[in-house]
Amino acid sequence: MAEEVKLFRNWAGPFALRVVWALQLKGVPYDTIYEDLSEKSSLLLHYNPIHKKVPVLVHNGKPLAESLVILEYIEETWKQTPLFPEDPYERSTARFWARFGDDQLMPSVFNVFIKQGKEQEEAIARAQGDLKYLEEELRGKKFFSGEKIGFLDLAFGWVANLVSVFEEIQGLTLIEHEKYPLLLAWIQNFIDAPIIKESWPPRDKLITKYRARIEFYSSKEAAKK
Amino acid sequence: MADELVLLDTCVSMFGMRVRIALAEKGIKYEYKEQDLTNKSELLLKMNSINKKIPVLIHNGKPICESLIIVQYIDEVWNDRSPFLPSDPYQRAQARFWADFFDQKAVYAVGKKLVTTKGEEQEAAKKEFLEIYKTMERELGEKPYFGGEKFGYVDIALITFYSWFYVYETLEKFSMEAECPKIVAWAKRCMQKESVAKTLPDQKKVYKRVLELYGLK
Repeated sequence: MAEEVKLFRNWAGPFALRVVWALQLKGVPYDTIYEDLSEKSSLLLHYNPIHKKVPVLVHNGKPLAESLVILEYIEETWKQTPLFPEDPYERSTARFWARFGDDQLMPSVFNVFIKQGKEQEEAIARAQGDLKYLEEELRGKKFFSGEKIGFLDLAFGWVANLVSVFEEIQGLTLIEHEKYPLLLAWIQNFIDAPIIKESWPPRDKLITKYRARIEFYSSKEAAKK
Repeated sequence: MADELVLLDTCVSMFGMRVRIALAEKGIKYEYKEQDLTNKSELLLKMNSINKKIPVLIHNGKPICESLIIVQYIDEVWNDRSPFLPSDPYQRAQARFWADFFDQKAVYAVGKKLVTTKGEEQEAAKKEFLEIYKTMERELGEKPYFGGEKFGYVDIALITFYSWFYVYETLEKFSMEAECPKIVAWAKRCMQKESVAKTLPDQKKVYKRVLELYGLK
């Protein structure tokens, strides 16, 4: 039976990129439907009525939402090029770090770039503490998943993809070389991997988009005072 | 080699209860260590140095944190009995989605607002609380369990919060049975399972404790 795999995404979305990378690494053919999130298509709303967000993967007509859930599904459905560790303990650890990345690290990093003054200093301290965990996880490894790119690298892909964009916009270095040599090496190795490189969104567009986003949130923060 | 399992938990934690139900379902023996969260033990701080929270399951000296991650781990290691997740990848994804949805909605925090705030804030909390459960009720549909014919992952994720229904109903004067009858029927069905009945505390005891905890009435 012919497989039909469709991915609803927006061009910049870091969560959707995880799914793109997973599908590419496994060599799964798929169609992309780009969504304009200011005007969501009725098809997207039909496939993800709960969160109304991207990415949504539709496999033979059946929709799936939430990027980390989608990654597990992709792993279980297309068994070539395994992305998850085989050992259950290592799998749990990877899942833990992925959740940490989304629930704790992402907001703490974003705060660095939208807060000001003393709050920004506190945000920087917080984010740098969180990033230290990533630095330690990389000890003795090229990628978070070991010798090859795997689930946790895809989950942390936004760190490689977006942090330098934020840093450029705000003229502030968060991932300092003296403090995070392993993390910076990982970022470079990740960016240079052919499959990852192919799907990298254009940097200038990212800068434009996130400049507007950061300005919006920064002014919201300033207005709170 | 005999497995050594230690659970760091607090008896009142609804997240810890998920792990206890999971272990009971699989008939796994473990050592329970009650934690004092106002004075965290060295063991807890060592085993979960990241966010210092319970539950933590320590398996042969190695810690696993986050209740849903622990439940999945238990399912994967003791995979010869009572599976929590279905075998079909799509249904597994759905189960993971719904458990994640429930946690994202932070029912505990919403429930707390429901009983500790007044006026508009409370009305908003009540609306949100009921919306979450009504969404879950639609997902349950006519199935006996979220897992279908069998009690599973999503059931484990949600059932532990049932022990607070009496609190919300009594303090806020509404009936979960009237608002979400299928959810209440589902919960009572789950309570017939030994693993659940033995783990969930008595609702009236929870009520008394909550009154003290939040300094109410």
